[in-house]
Amino acid sequence: MSQLQLTRRRFLGVSAASASSLVLAGCEQFDFLGSRDNEVRNVLEMANTLTYKVQRGLIGDQVMAREYSASEIRQGQKPNGSTDPTTPEYKALVANDFADYRLKITGMVEQEVSFSLDELRNMPVRSQITRHDCVEGWSCIAKWTGTPLSGLLDQAKVRPEARFAVYHCFDNIQRSLSGDILYYESSDLVDAYHPQSILSYGLNDEALPIANGAPIRLRIERALGYKQPKFLHTVELVDDLSPFGKGKGGYWEDNGYDWYGGI
Amino acid sequence: MADVIETAPTKGPLIYRQSIFTRVTHWVWAICLFFLLLSGLQIFNAHPSLYIGQQSGFEFENAVLEIYAVNTDDGPRGKTKLFGQEFDTSGVLGMSGTEQRPAFRGFPAALTIPSFQDLATGRVVHFFFAWTFVLTMFVWFMASFINGHIRRDIVVTPNDIRGVPKDIKDHATLKFRHGRSYGPLQKLSYFGVFFILFPLIILTGLTMSPGIDSAWPWLLDVFGGRQTARTIHFVVMTLLVAFFIIHIIMVVAAGPINELRSMITGWYRASPGTTTEEGEQP
Repeated sequence: MSQLQLTRRRFLGVSAASASSLVLAGCEQFDFLGSRDNEVRNVLEMANTLTYKVQRGLIGDQVMAREYSASEIRQGQKPNGSTDPTTPEYKALVANDFADYRLKITGMVEQEVSFSLDELRNMPVRSQITRHDCVEGWSCIAKWTGTPLSGLLDQAKVRPEARFAVYHCFDNIQRSLSGDILYYESSDLVDAYHPQSILSYGLNDEALPIANGAPIRLRIERALGYKQPKFLHTVELVDDLSPFGKGKGGYWEDNGYDWYGGI
Repeated sequence: MADVIETAPTKGPLIYRQSIFTRVTHWVWAICLFFLLLSGLQIFNAHPSLYIGQQSGFEFENAVLEIYAVNTDDGPRGKTKLFGQEFDTSGVLGMSGTEQRPAFRGFPAALTIPSFQDLATGRVVHFFFAWTFVLTMFVWFMASFINGHIRRDIVVTPNDIRGVPKDIKDHATLKFRHGRSYGPLQKLSYFGVFFILFPLIILTGLTMSPGIDSAWPWLLDVFGGRQTARTIHFVVMTLLVAFFIIHIIMVVAAGPINELRSMITGWYRASPGTTTEEGEQP
């Protein structure tokens, strides 16, 4: 019995000592979690899949994000990320006040379609005053006006094998040695068809400014800001996200952020 | 203190005090809260300001806490503004690191996972341990309702309230009664942690999710907006850190070997006179 007590006591001492050294050594020993292909990190990332599945199960596909009253618009929409794309294509469009702009629906559809800005403005209008939540932690309330993406998808007739919508953008969010990296995003079809998922061309009752994504920014109101691509030019219906960018479904996802973005 | 009791001739009985559920959930939580705290501070550093309301005031004032760096005549300084009052917090908040290589960040590298600025990884770590924390809490509540831990040790009775003044006096003079159930102050603290702080930190965390806000919009009303929820989340974090510090002090004061043993093996050396149950040695 005394033998047992001794080992038990030693065990307690050793575990206490190792626990305190863990804390005292600071957190640099967890820096390996920052490398994007680390195996431990891959295990931890499974929690993001769980979040996505649970939220999709818990939240009805048509459930709306809260819409606020006009009195809650107390400031301009804070621009973040790309605020002035410098690609030649985009600069040419700006020079002509987006008269040559076309939004294209491509990929797994019965017929590829495209729309000018005027055509989009003449489609059914939806305005919503919503809260924009940035992954950094801040929020900003603004009024967004545009036409639901679902109407365009219906015109293009999405094929049943399509599982995701990929959103291609004009902005060179990052420049690398091998050239510009263009922003892109993607969502499942629940978010693509959601009634509040609008192709917005108006912000707070004015034309959408360049800093906020002119001429078109897609709103996905039940997700964080990085899921709401600015400077959008093509919506491509696909069944696989791996061919795009580094294969994670978006510019920020390729940089280690979660794909669902609803939390 | 513990050793004195254990070697005293009037040794109390060794009782089986903590069930396997209490012990396992305790250590899983300890690990979870460690990672949640340090990854949470990493996430906070991405925007080291807290606000009251639905949104963050960029063109109006609703911040209650701001951590930032400013350039002064004597070089850069780290500043913290709390309720409009500005403090110089160089070295810890706003500016840390070495004089040669200052780092301009909210909380210093030693308090974040990873040590460098990496919001994406902070989120991965935070959400993994948040899930583990919540699932463990579910197990604890189920087990503790069934095995009586909540009724015996956590729920505060009128009798406990009446015993608070004496318990404060006992704590102040480091006189601890090692019984089968918890004392009044212990019950009050654990009740506060399990039934107030834990639910609050989970619900305010969920309120920051735009997805959850659409399903449960009442969360936004209960907490007074997403940004208020974020502020409450932060405040509850500081309260849990305060609980942790007092918890460790009390373990050391009450006899660390005996306390740690009970939380690892379940067996606890009670004060003399404690009645024993079947299987326990008087």
